Amino acid sequence: MKKIINDVASVEEQMIQGLVKAAPDMLRKLEYGTIVVRAQRKQGQVALVSGGGSGHEPAHAGYVGKGMLDCAVAGTVFTSPTPDQVLEGIKAVATDQGVLCVVKNYTGDIMNFEMAVEMAADEGIKAEYVVVNDDVAVKDSLYTTGRRGVAGTILVHKIAGAKAEEGADLKAVKEVAEKVIANVRTMGMAIAPCTVPAAGKPGFELAEDEMEIGIGIHGEPGTHREKLASADTIAKMLVDHILADIDYKGQEIVLIVNGMGATPLMELYIVNNFVHDYLTKQGITIYDTMVGNYMTSIEMAGFSLTLLRLDDEMKSLYDAKAHTLAWKK
Amino acid sequence: MQAVAVKIEEEKDYLTELDNVIGDGDHGINMARGFKAVEEKLPSLAGKDIGIILKGIGLQLVSNVGGASGPLYGTAFMKAGAACTGLVSMDAVAFVQAMEAAVQGIEMRGKAHEGEKTMLDALCPALKALRHGVDSGKTAKAALADAVAAAEQGVAYTQTIIATKGRASYLGERSLGHQDPGATSSLYILQTILAHLS
Repeated sequence: MKKIINDVASVEEQMIQGLVKAAPDMLRKLEYGTIVVRAQRKQGQVALVSGGGSGHEPAHAGYVGKGMLDCAVAGTVFTSPTPDQVLEGIKAVATDQGVLCVVKNYTGDIMNFEMAVEMAADEGIKAEYVVVNDDVAVKDSLYTTGRRGVAGTILVHKIAGAKAEEGADLKAVKEVAEKVIANVRTMGMAIAPCTVPAAGKPGFELAEDEMEIGIGIHGEPGTHREKLASADTIAKMLVDHILADIDYKGQEIVLIVNGMGATPLMELYIVNNFVHDYLTKQGITIYDTMVGNYMTSIEMAGFSLTLLRLDDEMKSLYDAKAHTLAWKK
Repeated sequence: MQAVAVKIEEEKDYLTELDNVIGDGDHGINMARGFKAVEEKLPSLAGKDIGIILKGIGLQLVSNVGGASGPLYGTAFMKAGAACTGLVSMDAVAFVQAMEAAVQGIEMRGKAHEGEKTMLDALCPALKALRHGVDSGKTAKAALADAVAAAEQGVAYTQTIIATKGRASYLGERSLGHQDPGATSSLYILQTILAHLS
């Protein structure tokens, strides 16, 4: 394992401290655990809490700030934070309007956030949660835990965050979050795996001429393995998978070309070049494009594509001003 | 509980190995960390009633195991604790009630049932055997021995079924033939309780 770290046990703590020091006027770290909150606590509006394992930077702490999250609770690398940590985060930002937690669809994350929400209710805090499940690589059926939550989660942060900032009540913020979840889909691939610091070795291995299709964001293997193909061929395959789930034809969308951590921007732009033309040709209008590292999997090399179908409400909330470390437009 | 912590530490690598094949390869590591935290907490719980002790254990597991096992085992011990409020000793009937509450807690938290390749495939048959043994007048120790035997069969059964809950469910049919790590750790806990029952 080759990494720029000090020791394995302090990766999360030092990462969060460093992240806060990159924006000290905007962010504050709680004493308890690796929890980041806004430097100026919100009053009188619904507070948004998200989180999950570390290793997805800039998610989620990079999305704490005006117009997006109020708090991000980080667990150890790829491991959900525990209920006591999530509860600490909820308590630090809760307002009389309540708290909405944005949870990615993993068994552990859901149970830990659900327990925290129950414990918050015991303390008189109005808290609810939504579950993001945008990954079309995993089948959503009665026989699985359902689709995973991946890069589409940050669009939930953005749009629900803007709704909360407008002063909407908990019901309305939750409804718009669920609307984003219903309309966002993602699929990813990798050409090189990542190594969890505590594990010391990669989650899977790939030969020089192979790629893994349908990867998640936890270094786990994807749905299948293929011979490496050209950027255009890979991108077309991912887009076609997404369009088979939701037909975005004739719709206006936001497109995210997301790097998994170790993908050069050069390659992401090459992918975007194709995807842009391919979607346009199919009568899909791209309202806005984001290219960069938004939801990563440590140093995995690969990318994911996310499409969100917009309506007027989501469009105006998407356009609302946000100011965080990782999202400034 | 000290003995359980020792047993889990001993089996840490094996549990992790089982989890590597069909999960995310951290079950042994997480369980060992959680039960070590329980061991450290035990002195401060000494002399308290059984309900408080079990709830204290549950809270330690929830705060230290992480992943899905933390909330599941934590909820199990906390619900068992609630069923034992005020008790300073435990007879066979109270043990059945505690275990019933624990299993119901896991079903509620995990939204899972027997037959989905989870810890419930060890615990549900164990509970049935325990309840049957106690109802038919067996001693607590004899009834718990039946429960452990039923849990062993349950663990073996997990090799023959497809996972429909938890991370192993992403594998679908590829989860066949592999033993469930959560069912295995549940069996270890029951075995250790049996070995130390007076």
